[in-house]
Amino acid sequence: MSEKTILQVDNVSLELGGKRILNHLSMDIWTGHVHAIVGVNGAGKSTLASTIMGLNGYRHFEGDILFEGQSIKNMNVAERARLGITLAWQEPARYEGLTVEKFILAGAGNACSHTVERALQTLGLDPGKYAQRAVDRTLSGGERKRVELASIVAMRPRLVIMDEPDSGIDVDALNRIFDTLKILRDHGSTVILITHSMTVLKQADHAFLLCCGNVLDKGGIDKIEGFFGRKCQGCDHQNKPDQEELNGE
Amino acid sequence: MENNKLIRQMYDSLGEGHGHEPGVAHVEIHGNKVLGLHLVDGLEIIAEEKEEGIDATIRVKAGIKIEKPVKICFGLIPETGVQRINIKTHIEKNASIGIVASCTFPFAKEILHTMDAEIRLDEGAEYTYIERHVHGPEGGVTVIPRAKVILGKGARFRTDFELIKGRVGEIDIEYDAECHARSILEMSARISGRGTDKIRINEMANLLGEDAVAVLTTNIAVRDSAHARIENTIIASAAGTRGHVDCKEIIQGNATAQAIPIVDVRHAKAHVTHEAAIGSVDSKQLETLMARGLNEDDATDLIIEGLLRPQY
Repeated sequence: MSEKTILQVDNVSLELGGKRILNHLSMDIWTGHVHAIVGVNGAGKSTLASTIMGLNGYRHFEGDILFEGQSIKNMNVAERARLGITLAWQEPARYEGLTVEKFILAGAGNACSHTVERALQTLGLDPGKYAQRAVDRTLSGGERKRVELASIVAMRPRLVIMDEPDSGIDVDALNRIFDTLKILRDHGSTVILITHSMTVLKQADHAFLLCCGNVLDKGGIDKIEGFFGRKCQGCDHQNKPDQEELNGE
Repeated sequence: MENNKLIRQMYDSLGEGHGHEPGVAHVEIHGNKVLGLHLVDGLEIIAEEKEEGIDATIRVKAGIKIEKPVKICFGLIPETGVQRINIKTHIEKNASIGIVASCTFPFAKEILHTMDAEIRLDEGAEYTYIERHVHGPEGGVTVIPRAKVILGKGARFRTDFELIKGRVGEIDIEYDAECHARSILEMSARISGRGTDKIRINEMANLLGEDAVAVLTTNIAVRDSAHARIENTIIASAAGTRGHVDCKEIIQGNATAQAIPIVDVRHAKAHVTHEAAIGSVDSKQLETLMARGLNEDDATDLIIEGLLRPQY
Protein backbone atom coordinates (compact mmCIF):
# COMPACT_ATOMS: atom_id res chain seq x y z
CA MET A 1 0.00 0.00 0.00
CA SER A 2 1.54 3.29 -1.11
CA GLU A 3 -0.91 5.54 0.77
CA LYS A 4 0.37 6.99 4.01
CA THR A 5 -1.76 6.36 7.09
CA ILE A 6 -2.33 9.37 9.34
CA LEU A 7 -4.69 7.68 11.80
CA GLN A 8 -4.90 4.05 12.71
CA VAL A 9 -7.79 2.72 14.76
CA ASP A 10 -6.51 -0.60 16.02
CA ASN A 11 -8.96 -3.20 17.34
CA VAL A 12 -10.91 -0.69 19.44
CA SER A 13 -13.74 -1.84 21.68
CA LEU A 14 -15.71 0.48 23.91
CA GLU A 15 -18.63 -0.05 26.25
CA LEU A 16 -21.06 2.64 27.38
CA GLY A 17 -23.57 1.90 30.11
CA GLY A 18 -22.73 -1.78 29.97
CA LYS A 19 -23.41 -1.98 26.25
CA ARG A 20 -20.66 -2.62 23.73
CA ILE A 21 -20.81 0.21 21.20
CA LEU A 22 -17.50 -0.29 19.36
CA ASN A 23 -16.59 -3.90 18.78
CA HIS A 24 -13.01 -4.74 17.78
CA LEU A 25 -13.09 -1.93 15.27
CA SER A 26 -10.06 -1.29 13.08
CA MET A 27 -9.53 1.17 10.24
CA ASP A 28 -6.75 3.13 8.56
CA ILE A 29 -7.31 6.76 7.57
CA TRP A 30 -5.10 7.95 4.73
CA THR A 31 -3.31 11.27 4.76
CA GLY A 32 -4.93 13.96 2.62
CA HIS A 33 -8.01 11.93 1.71
CA VAL A 34 -11.67 12.50 2.52
CA HIS A 35 -13.15 9.45 4.21
CA ALA A 36 -16.76 8.80 5.04
CA ILE A 37 -17.97 6.63 7.87
CA VAL A 38 -21.54 5.61 7.16
CA GLY A 39 -24.08 3.52 8.97
CA VAL A 40 -27.59 3.61 10.33
CA ASN A 41 -28.42 5.29 13.65
CA GLY A 42 -26.76 3.45 16.50
CA ALA A 43 -24.04 1.87 14.39
CA GLY A 44 -21.34 3.57 16.46
CA LYS A 45 -20.33 6.38 14.11
CA SER A 46 -20.52 9.30 16.55
CA THR A 47 -19.07 7.15 19.33
CA LEU A 48 -16.08 6.48 17.11
CA ALA A 49 -15.71 10.23 16.43
CA SER A 50 -15.85 10.98 20.17
CA THR A 51 -13.34 8.22 20.89
CA ILE A 52 -10.86 9.47 18.32
CA MET A 53 -11.19 13.00 19.75
CA GLY A 54 -10.86 11.67 23.32
CA LEU A 55 -14.00 13.28 24.72
CA ASN A 56 -14.94 12.78 28.33
CA GLY A 57 -16.54 9.33 28.74
CA TYR A 58 -14.85 7.95 25.63
CA ARG A 59 -11.31 7.60 26.94
CA HIS A 60 -11.43 4.11 28.39
CA PHE A 61 -11.39 1.60 25.57
CA GLU A 62 -9.61 -1.57 24.57
CA GLY A 63 -7.21 -1.46 21.64
CA ASP A 64 -5.32 1.62 20.53
CA ILE A 65 -5.53 4.69 18.34
CA LEU A 66 -2.36 5.87 16.63
CA PHE A 67 -1.82 9.27 15.05
CA GLU A 68 1.15 9.17 12.71
CA GLY A 69 2.32 6.06 14.50
CA GLN A 70 2.07 7.59 17.99
CA SER A 71 -0.51 6.30 20.46
CA ILE A 72 -2.95 9.02 21.51
CA LYS A 73 -4.85 6.75 23.88
CA ASN A 74 -3.68 8.53 27.03
CA MET A 75 -3.94 12.05 25.64
CA ASN A 76 -6.75 14.43 26.56
CA VAL A 77 -8.74 16.42 24.01
CA ALA A 78 -6.42 19.43 24.03
CA GLU A 79 -3.32 17.31 23.60
CA ARG A 80 -4.88 15.55 20.62
CA ALA A 81 -5.94 18.92 19.20
CA ARG A 82 -2.40 20.21 19.50
CA LEU A 83 -1.30 17.28 17.34
CA GLY A 84 -3.74 18.61 14.75
CA ILE A 85 -6.86 16.53 15.38
CA THR A 86 -10.19 18.32 15.70
CA LEU A 87 -13.91 17.65 15.66
CA ALA A 88 -16.91 19.50 14.27
CA TRP A 89 -19.92 18.55 16.36
CA GLN A 90 -23.25 17.50 14.90
CA GLU A 91 -24.87 20.12 17.11
CA PRO A 92 -22.28 22.84 17.82
CA ALA A 93 -22.06 24.32 21.31
CA ARG A 94 -23.53 27.73 22.13
CA TYR A 95 -21.61 30.28 24.15
CA GLU A 96 -23.31 33.16 25.87
CA GLY A 97 -21.42 36.37 25.18
CA LEU A 98 -18.42 34.80 23.43
CA THR A 99 -17.94 36.56 20.12
CA VAL A 100 -17.52 34.74 16.84
CA GLU A 101 -14.15 36.47 16.47
CA LYS A 102 -12.84 35.21 19.83
CA PHE A 103 -14.24 31.76 19.20
CA ILE A 104 -12.42 31.50 15.88
CA LEU A 105 -9.19 32.97 17.26
CA ALA A 106 -9.23 30.46 20.14
CA GLY A 107 -8.04 27.72 17.85
CA ALA A 108 -6.03 29.78 15.42
CA GLY A 109 -2.81 30.19 17.37
CA ASN A 110 -1.23 33.55 16.75
CA ALA A 111 -3.64 34.51 14.03
CA CYS A 112 -4.97 38.03 13.53
CA SER A 113 -8.30 39.55 12.58
CA HIS A 114 -7.55 38.88 8.88
CA THR A 115 -7.60 35.16 9.67
CA VAL A 116 -11.08 35.57 11.14
CA GLU A 117 -12.24 37.53 8.11
CA ARG A 118 -10.91 34.96 5.67
CA ALA A 119 -12.34 32.03 7.62
CA LEU A 120 -15.79 33.62 7.80
CA GLN A 121 -15.71 34.55 4.13
CA THR A 122 -14.79 30.97 3.26
CA LEU A 123 -18.02 29.86 4.89
CA GLY A 124 -20.02 32.61 3.20
CA LEU A 125 -20.47 34.70 6.34
CA ASP A 126 -19.96 38.46 6.19
CA PRO A 127 -17.26 39.31 8.81
CA GLY A 128 -18.79 42.76 9.30
CA LYS A 129 -22.05 41.18 10.36
CA TYR A 130 -20.81 38.15 12.23
CA ALA A 131 -17.42 38.77 13.89
CA GLN A 132 -18.81 40.62 16.90
CA ARG A 133 -21.96 38.55 17.30
CA ALA A 134 -22.09 36.04 20.13
CA VAL A 135 -22.00 32.32 19.39
CA ASP A 136 -25.29 31.95 21.20
CA ARG A 137 -28.93 31.23 20.55
CA THR A 138 -29.25 34.28 18.32
CA LEU A 139 -27.39 32.34 15.64
CA SER A 140 -29.37 29.68 13.82
CA GLY A 141 -28.18 26.08 13.89
CA GLY A 142 -26.87 26.46 10.34
CA GLU A 143 -25.02 29.66 11.21
CA ARG A 144 -23.41 28.03 14.23
CA LYS A 145 -22.40 25.10 12.09
CA ARG A 146 -20.71 27.45 9.64
CA VAL A 147 -19.06 29.43 12.44
CA GLU A 148 -17.71 26.20 13.89
CA LEU A 149 -16.34 25.18 10.52
CA ALA A 150 -14.81 28.65 10.13
CA SER A 151 -12.97 28.06 13.41
CA ILE A 152 -11.66 24.80 12.00
CA VAL A 153 -10.54 26.46 8.76
CA ALA A 154 -8.64 29.03 10.84
CA MET A 155 -7.09 26.26 12.94
CA ARG A 156 -5.70 24.48 9.86
CA PRO A 157 -5.90 21.03 11.44
CA ARG A 158 -4.25 17.93 10.08
CA LEU A 159 -7.27 15.72 10.70
CA VAL A 160 -10.87 16.94 10.86
CA ILE A 161 -13.74 14.76 11.96
CA MET A 162 -17.07 16.20 10.88
CA ASP A 163 -20.04 14.63 12.62
CA GLU A 164 -23.17 14.79 10.43
CA PRO A 165 -22.17 17.98 8.58
CA ASP A 166 -25.56 18.20 6.85
CA SER A 167 -27.58 18.09 10.05
CA GLY A 168 -29.92 21.05 10.48
CA ILE A 169 -28.73 23.17 7.56
CA ASP A 170 -30.18 24.22 4.23
CA VAL A 171 -28.93 23.33 0.76
CA ASP A 172 -26.95 26.56 0.24
CA ALA A 173 -25.14 26.14 3.53
CA LEU A 174 -24.43 22.50 2.72
CA ASN A 175 -22.90 23.43 -0.61
CA ARG A 176 -20.73 25.98 1.20
CA ILE A 177 -19.62 23.26 3.60
CA PHE A 178 -18.77 20.99 0.67
CA ASP A 179 -16.70 23.81 -0.87
CA THR A 180 -14.93 24.16 2.45
CA LEU A 181 -14.14 20.45 2.43
CA LYS A 182 -12.22 21.01 -0.78
CA ILE A 183 -10.37 23.95 0.74
CA LEU A 184 -9.43 21.89 3.78
CA ARG A 185 -8.13 19.15 1.53
CA ASP A 186 -6.20 21.67 -0.57
CA HIS A 187 -4.58 22.84 2.68
CA GLY A 188 -3.50 19.27 3.32
CA SER A 189 -6.09 18.35 5.93
CA THR A 190 -7.38 14.81 6.13
CA VAL A 191 -11.14 14.62 6.62
CA ILE A 192 -13.47 12.06 8.17
CA LEU A 193 -17.16 12.59 7.45
CA ILE A 194 -19.57 10.89 9.83
CA THR A 195 -22.87 10.51 8.01
CA HIS A 196 -25.85 8.48 6.99
CA SER A 197 -26.55 10.79 4.06
CA MET A 198 -25.85 9.66 0.49
CA THR A 199 -25.28 13.32 -0.48
CA VAL A 200 -22.51 13.68 2.08
CA LEU A 201 -21.11 10.23 1.31
CA LYS A 202 -20.53 11.30 -2.31
CA GLN A 203 -18.08 13.99 -1.15
CA ALA A 204 -15.66 11.33 0.10
CA ASP A 205 -12.91 9.40 -1.66
CA HIS A 206 -13.44 6.25 0.36
CA ALA A 207 -15.93 4.97 2.85
CA PHE A 208 -16.32 2.60 5.76
CA LEU A 209 -19.67 1.04 6.49
CA LEU A 210 -20.28 0.57 10.19
CA CYS A 211 -22.74 -1.81 11.75
CA CYS A 212 -22.89 -2.85 15.37
CA GLY A 213 -19.67 -1.02 16.16
CA ASN A 214 -17.65 -2.80 13.56
CA VAL A 215 -16.58 -2.22 9.95
CA LEU A 216 -18.96 -4.21 7.80
CA ASP A 217 -17.42 -3.11 4.53
CA LYS A 218 -15.02 -0.53 3.12
CA GLY A 219 -13.90 0.73 -0.26
CA GLY A 220 -14.97 3.10 -3.01
CA ILE A 221 -18.03 5.28 -2.72
CA ASP A 222 -20.07 3.48 -5.37
CA LYS A 223 -19.54 0.14 -3.66
CA ILE A 224 -20.44 1.38 -0.19
CA GLU A 225 -23.32 3.51 -1.43
CA GLY A 226 -24.76 0.49 -3.22
CA PHE A 227 -24.38 -1.80 -0.26
CA PHE A 228 -25.71 0.79 2.21
CA GLY A 229 -28.68 1.60 -0.01
CA ARG A 230 -29.55 -2.01 -0.75
CA LYS A 231 -28.88 -3.73 2.52
CA CYS A 232 -28.84 -1.22 5.37
CA GLN A 233 -31.82 0.99 4.57
CA GLY A 234 -34.79 -0.99 5.75
CA CYS A 235 -32.65 -3.77 7.17
CA ASP A 236 -34.69 -5.68 9.73
CA HIS A 237 -31.71 -6.49 11.91
CA GLN A 238 -30.03 -3.11 12.02
CA ASN A 239 -26.96 -3.17 14.20
CA LYS A 240 -27.39 -6.89 14.73
CA PRO A 241 -25.73 -8.23 11.57
CA ASP A 242 -25.70 -11.88 10.92
CA GLN A 243 -22.42 -13.69 10.84
CA GLU A 244 -22.25 -13.75 7.03
CA GLU A 245 -22.31 -9.98 6.87
CA LEU A 246 -19.75 -9.65 9.61
CA ASN A 247 -17.56 -12.01 7.62
CA GLY A 248 -17.99 -9.76 4.60
CA GLU A 249 -19.87 -12.33 2.57
CA MET B 1 -5.50 71.38 43.44
CA GLU B 2 -6.22 68.57 45.89
CA ASN B 3 -9.61 68.04 44.24
CA ASN B 4 -8.07 67.86 40.78
CA LYS B 5 -5.55 65.32 42.01
CA LEU B 6 -8.29 63.11 43.45
CA ILE B 7 -10.34 63.40 40.28
CA ARG B 8 -7.30 62.40 38.24
CA GLN B 9 -6.60 59.45 40.52
CA MET B 10 -10.17 58.24 40.29
CA TYR B 11 -10.24 58.38 36.49
CA ASP B 12 -6.77 56.86 36.27
CA SER B 13 -7.94 53.90 38.35
CA LEU B 14 -10.71 53.37 35.83
CA GLY B 15 -8.24 53.39 32.97
CA GLU B 16 -9.85 56.53 31.60
CA GLY B 17 -8.52 59.96 30.87
CA HIS B 18 -10.10 62.73 32.91
CA GLY B 19 -10.74 65.02 30.00
CA HIS B 20 -14.32 65.12 28.80
CA GLU B 21 -15.76 65.65 25.37
CA PRO B 22 -17.59 68.92 24.92
CA GLY B 23 -21.27 68.54 25.69
CA VAL B 24 -20.77 65.71 28.17
CA ALA B 25 -22.15 66.32 31.63
CA HIS B 26 -20.05 64.87 34.43
CA VAL B 27 -19.98 64.65 38.21
CA GLU B 28 -17.16 63.54 40.48
CA ILE B 29 -17.81 62.54 44.08
CA HIS B 30 -15.02 61.36 46.36
CA GLY B 31 -16.21 59.91 49.64
CA ASN B 32 -18.93 62.26 50.79
CA LYS B 33 -17.48 65.27 49.01
CA VAL B 34 -18.49 66.66 45.64
CA LEU B 35 -15.32 67.43 43.67
CA GLY B 36 -16.72 68.32 40.30
CA LEU B 37 -20.05 69.07 38.63
CA HIS B 38 -20.58 70.02 35.01
CA LEU B 39 -24.06 70.14 33.52
CA VAL B 40 -25.62 70.46 30.09
CA ASP B 41 -28.85 72.15 29.05
CA GLY B 42 -31.97 70.39 30.27
CA LEU B 43 -30.17 68.43 32.97
CA GLU B 44 -30.46 69.43 36.59
CA ILE B 45 -28.20 67.84 39.18
CA ILE B 46 -28.00 69.10 42.73
CA ALA B 47 -25.54 67.43 45.05
CA GLU B 48 -25.36 68.48 48.68
CA GLU B 49 -22.77 67.36 51.19
CA LYS B 50 -24.48 66.30 54.38
CA GLU B 51 -23.03 64.89 57.55
CA GLU B 52 -24.34 61.43 56.78
CA GLY B 53 -23.42 61.47 53.08
CA ILE B 54 -24.34 63.04 49.77
CA ASP B 55 -27.94 63.96 49.02
CA ALA B 56 -28.40 64.37 45.28
CA THR B 57 -31.22 64.94 42.89
CA ILE B 58 -31.15 64.36 39.14
CA ARG B 59 -33.89 65.80 37.01
CA VAL B 60 -34.40 65.81 33.27
CA LYS B 61 -37.13 68.14 32.22
CA ALA B 62 -40.07 67.01 30.12
CA GLY B 63 -39.27 66.36 26.48
CA ILE B 64 -35.53 66.91 26.92
CA LYS B 65 -33.23 64.27 25.47
CA ILE B 66 -29.71 64.34 26.85
CA GLU B 67 -27.76 63.22 23.82
CA LYS B 68 -24.44 62.16 25.31
CA PRO B 69 -24.25 59.79 28.27
CA VAL B 70 -23.64 61.59 31.54
CA LYS B 71 -20.55 60.42 33.41
CA ILE B 72 -20.70 60.11 37.16
CA CYS B 73 -17.60 59.03 39.02
CA PHE B 74 -18.02 57.85 42.59
CA GLY B 75 -15.10 56.59 44.62
CA LEU B 76 -12.65 56.58 47.45
CA ILE B 77 -8.92 56.57 46.86
CA PRO B 78 -7.81 55.78 50.45
CA GLU B 79 -7.85 52.24 51.79
CA THR B 80 -10.62 52.90 54.30
CA GLY B 81 -13.69 55.05 54.48
CA VAL B 82 -17.40 55.37 53.95
CA GLN B 83 -19.32 56.72 51.00
CA ARG B 84 -23.07 57.12 51.34
CA ILE B 85 -25.06 58.39 48.39
CA ASN B 86 -28.76 59.19 48.43
CA ILE B 87 -30.13 60.03 44.99
CA LYS B 88 -33.57 60.98 43.81
CA THR B 89 -33.87 60.80 40.04
CA HIS B 90 -36.81 62.13 38.11
CA ILE B 91 -37.00 61.74 34.35
CA GLU B 92 -39.99 63.71 33.23
CA LYS B 93 -42.45 62.94 30.48
CA ASN B 94 -40.83 61.87 27.20
CA ALA B 95 -37.38 62.87 28.41
CA SER B 96 -34.38 60.58 28.06
CA ILE B 97 -30.94 60.21 29.59
CA GLY B 98 -28.14 57.70 29.86
CA ILE B 99 -25.75 57.65 32.82
CA VAL B 100 -22.49 55.77 33.04
CA ALA B 101 -21.65 55.54 36.73
CA SER B 102 -18.13 54.44 37.57
CA CYS B 103 -17.54 53.46 41.16
CA THR B 104 -13.88 53.13 42.01
CA PHE B 105 -12.24 51.89 45.20
CA PRO B 106 -8.87 50.77 43.81
CA PHE B 107 -6.99 50.41 47.10
CA ALA B 108 -9.89 49.37 49.29
CA LYS B 109 -9.20 47.47 52.48
CA GLU B 110 -12.20 48.51 54.51
CA ILE B 111 -14.62 50.64 52.56
CA LEU B 112 -18.39 50.87 52.75
CA HIS B 113 -20.25 52.23 49.71
CA THR B 114 -24.00 52.58 49.99
CA MET B 115 -26.45 53.93 47.48
CA ASP B 116 -30.09 54.62 48.19
CA ALA B 117 -31.90 55.60 45.04
CA GLU B 118 -35.42 56.60 44.19
CA ILE B 119 -35.96 56.67 40.47
CA ARG B 120 -39.12 57.93 38.86
CA LEU B 121 -39.74 57.82 35.13
CA ASP B 122 -42.81 59.65 33.89
CA GLU B 123 -44.80 58.59 30.86
CA GLY B 124 -42.63 57.84 27.82
CA ALA B 125 -39.36 58.60 29.63
CA GLU B 126 -36.21 56.61 29.00
CA TYR B 127 -33.33 56.06 31.38
CA THR B 128 -30.24 53.88 31.02
CA TYR B 129 -27.98 53.48 34.04
CA ILE B 130 -24.74 51.59 33.47
CA GLU B 131 -22.77 50.92 36.66
CA ARG B 132 -19.12 49.90 36.38
CA HIS B 133 -17.08 49.03 39.46
CA VAL B 134 -13.35 48.95 40.10
CA HIS B 135 -12.33 47.42 43.42
CA GLY B 136 -9.03 46.68 45.06
CA PRO B 137 -7.14 43.47 44.47
CA GLU B 138 -8.15 42.18 47.91
CA GLY B 139 -11.79 43.17 47.75
CA GLY B 140 -12.01 45.11 51.00
CA VAL B 141 -15.18 46.86 49.99
CA THR B 142 -18.82 46.38 50.85
CA VAL B 143 -21.18 47.69 48.20
CA ILE B 144 -24.85 48.07 49.12
CA PRO B 145 -27.00 49.62 46.37
CA ARG B 146 -30.73 49.95 46.97
CA ALA B 147 -33.14 51.33 44.42
CA LYS B 148 -36.85 51.86 44.20
CA VAL B 149 -37.88 52.42 40.58
CA ILE B 150 -41.24 53.56 39.28
CA LEU B 151 -41.83 53.34 35.55
CA GLY B 152 -44.75 55.35 34.22
CA LYS B 153 -46.76 54.42 31.15
CA GLY B 154 -44.56 53.53 28.19
CA ALA B 155 -41.36 54.35 30.12
CA ARG B 156 -38.17 52.37 29.66
CA PHE B 157 -35.48 51.72 32.26
CA ARG B 158 -32.38 49.72 31.63
CA THR B 159 -29.61 49.08 34.11
CA ASP B 160 -26.46 47.01 33.97
CA PHE B 161 -24.04 46.30 36.80
CA GLU B 162 -20.52 45.07 36.10
CA LEU B 163 -17.37 44.61 38.15
CA ILE B 164 -14.63 45.35 35.65
CA LYS B 165 -11.56 45.09 37.87
CA GLY B 166 -10.54 43.83 41.27
CA ARG B 167 -12.29 41.60 43.74
CA VAL B 168 -15.92 41.81 44.75
CA GLY B 169 -15.49 41.91 48.52
CA GLU B 170 -19.18 42.01 49.31
CA ILE B 171 -21.91 43.16 46.96
CA ASP B 172 -25.50 43.28 48.12
CA ILE B 173 -27.89 44.64 45.49
CA GLU B 174 -31.60 45.23 46.00
CA TYR B 175 -33.68 46.77 43.24
CA ASP B 176 -37.43 47.00 43.36
CA ALA B 177 -39.35 48.21 40.31
CA GLU B 178 -42.99 49.09 39.78
CA CYS B 179 -43.91 48.92 36.13
CA HIS B 180 -46.99 50.59 34.73
CA ALA B 181 -48.68 50.04 31.37
CA ARG B 182 -46.43 49.35 28.37
CA SER B 183 -43.29 50.12 30.31
CA ILE B 184 -40.12 48.12 29.74
CA LEU B 185 -37.66 47.18 32.45
CA GLU B 186 -34.31 45.50 31.81
CA MET B 187 -31.97 44.81 34.71
CA SER B 188 -28.76 42.86 34.34
CA ALA B 189 -25.69 42.14 36.41
CA ARG B 190 -22.45 40.37 35.55
CA ILE B 191 -20.03 39.66 38.37
CA SER B 192 -17.10 37.33 38.90
CA GLY B 193 -16.25 36.44 42.50
CA ARG B 194 -13.31 34.65 44.03
CA GLY B 195 -11.58 34.18 47.38
CA THR B 196 -14.15 34.77 50.08
CA ASP B 197 -16.26 37.20 48.04
CA LYS B 198 -19.97 37.39 48.68
CA ILE B 199 -22.52 38.36 46.06
CA ARG B 200 -26.18 38.85 46.83
CA ILE B 201 -28.65 40.15 44.27
CA ASN B 202 -32.32 40.61 44.95
CA GLU B 203 -34.28 42.19 42.11
CA MET B 204 -38.01 42.55 41.94
CA ALA B 205 -40.20 43.64 39.05
CA ASN B 206 -43.84 44.25 39.76
CA LEU B 207 -45.71 44.39 36.46
CA LEU B 208 -48.81 46.35 37.39
CA GLY B 209 -49.90 47.85 34.07
CA GLU B 210 -51.10 46.12 30.93
CA ASP B 211 -48.41 45.03 28.48
CA ALA B 212 -45.57 45.91 30.82
CA VAL B 213 -42.39 43.93 30.19
CA ALA B 214 -39.47 42.98 32.44
CA VAL B 215 -36.29 41.02 31.85
CA LEU B 216 -33.99 40.29 34.79
CA THR B 217 -30.65 38.78 33.76
CA THR B 218 -27.84 37.73 36.05
CA ASN B 219 -24.60 36.09 34.98
CA ILE B 220 -22.26 35.12 37.78
CA ALA B 221 -18.99 33.20 37.99
CA VAL B 222 -17.65 32.22 41.41
CA ARG B 223 -14.58 30.24 42.38
CA ASP B 224 -12.40 29.48 45.43
CA SER B 225 -14.72 29.93 48.42
CA ALA B 226 -16.87 32.69 47.00
CA HIS B 227 -20.63 32.61 47.44
CA ALA B 228 -23.45 33.98 45.33
CA ARG B 229 -27.13 34.12 46.06
CA ILE B 230 -29.47 35.45 43.38
CA GLU B 231 -33.12 35.95 44.13
CA ASN B 232 -34.99 37.63 41.31
CA THR B 233 -38.74 37.99 41.22
CA ILE B 234 -41.28 39.03 38.62
CA ILE B 235 -44.89 39.55 39.65
CA ALA B 236 -47.28 39.87 36.72
CA SER B 237 -50.65 41.28 37.69
CA ALA B 238 -52.08 42.67 34.46
CA ALA B 239 -53.13 41.46 31.03
CA GLY B 240 -50.43 41.25 28.39
CA THR B 241 -47.57 41.54 30.83
CA ARG B 242 -44.50 39.54 29.93
CA GLY B 243 -41.32 38.76 31.75
CA HIS B 244 -38.27 36.58 31.90
CA VAL B 245 -35.92 35.83 34.77
CA ASP B 246 -32.58 34.47 33.63
CA CYS B 247 -29.78 33.43 35.96
CA LYS B 248 -26.60 31.65 34.97
CA GLU B 249 -23.92 30.84 37.49
CA ILE B 250 -20.67 29.02 36.88
CA ILE B 251 -19.03 27.64 39.98
CA GLN B 252 -15.51 26.30 40.43
CA GLY B 253 -13.49 25.02 43.37
CA ASN B 254 -15.28 25.30 46.70
CA ALA B 255 -17.53 28.14 45.61
CA THR B 256 -21.25 27.93 46.26
CA ALA B 257 -24.20 29.49 44.49
CA GLN B 258 -27.93 29.71 44.87
CA ALA B 259 -30.43 30.92 42.29
CA ILE B 260 -34.02 31.50 43.29
CA PRO B 261 -36.11 32.78 40.39
CA ILE B 262 -39.62 33.60 41.55
CA VAL B 263 -42.37 33.93 39.00
CA ASP B 264 -45.67 35.11 40.43
CA VAL B 265 -48.37 35.36 37.77
CA ARG B 266 -51.69 36.81 38.87
CA HIS B 267 -53.44 37.28 35.54
CA ALA B 268 -54.47 34.66 32.99
CA LYS B 269 -53.19 36.81 30.12
CA ALA B 270 -49.74 37.32 31.57
CA HIS B 271 -46.74 35.25 30.56
CA VAL B 272 -43.54 35.01 32.57
CA THR B 273 -40.72 32.51 32.12
CA HIS B 274 -37.58 31.75 34.04
CA GLU B 275 -34.33 29.95 33.43
CA ALA B 276 -31.68 29.20 36.01
CA ALA B 277 -28.54 27.19 35.50
CA ILE B 278 -25.84 26.63 38.07
CA GLY B 279 -22.91 24.35 37.65
CA SER B 280 -19.45 23.91 36.39
CA VAL B 281 -18.59 24.93 32.85
CA ASP B 282 -20.66 23.08 30.27
CA SER B 283 -18.65 20.07 29.09
CA LYS B 284 -19.55 20.49 25.42
CA GLN B 285 -18.50 24.14 25.45
CA LEU B 286 -15.28 23.15 27.17
CA GLU B 287 -14.46 20.22 24.90
CA THR B 288 -15.19 22.24 21.77
CA LEU B 289 -12.57 24.80 22.76
CA MET B 290 -10.18 22.05 23.90
CA ALA B 291 -10.65 20.41 20.50
CA ARG B 292 -9.17 23.62 19.06
CA GLY B 293 -6.12 23.22 21.30
CA LEU B 294 -6.93 25.31 24.40
CA ASN B 295 -6.09 23.73 27.73
CA GLU B 296 -8.92 23.33 30.23
CA ASP B 297 -8.09 26.46 32.26
CA ASP B 298 -7.83 28.72 29.22
CA ALA B 299 -11.03 27.29 27.77
CA THR B 300 -12.82 27.88 31.09
CA ASP B 301 -11.56 31.46 31.29
CA LEU B 302 -12.78 32.15 27.75
CA ILE B 303 -16.24 30.76 28.50
CA ILE B 304 -16.50 32.87 31.66
CA GLU B 305 -15.23 35.95 29.80
CA GLY B 306 -18.09 35.49 27.36
CA LEU B 307 -20.63 35.00 30.13
CA LEU B 308 -19.53 38.25 31.77
CA ARG B 309 -19.30 40.26 28.55
CA PRO B 310 -21.08 43.63 28.68
CA GLN B 311 -24.54 43.61 27.15
CA TYR B 312 -24.62 47.30 26.24
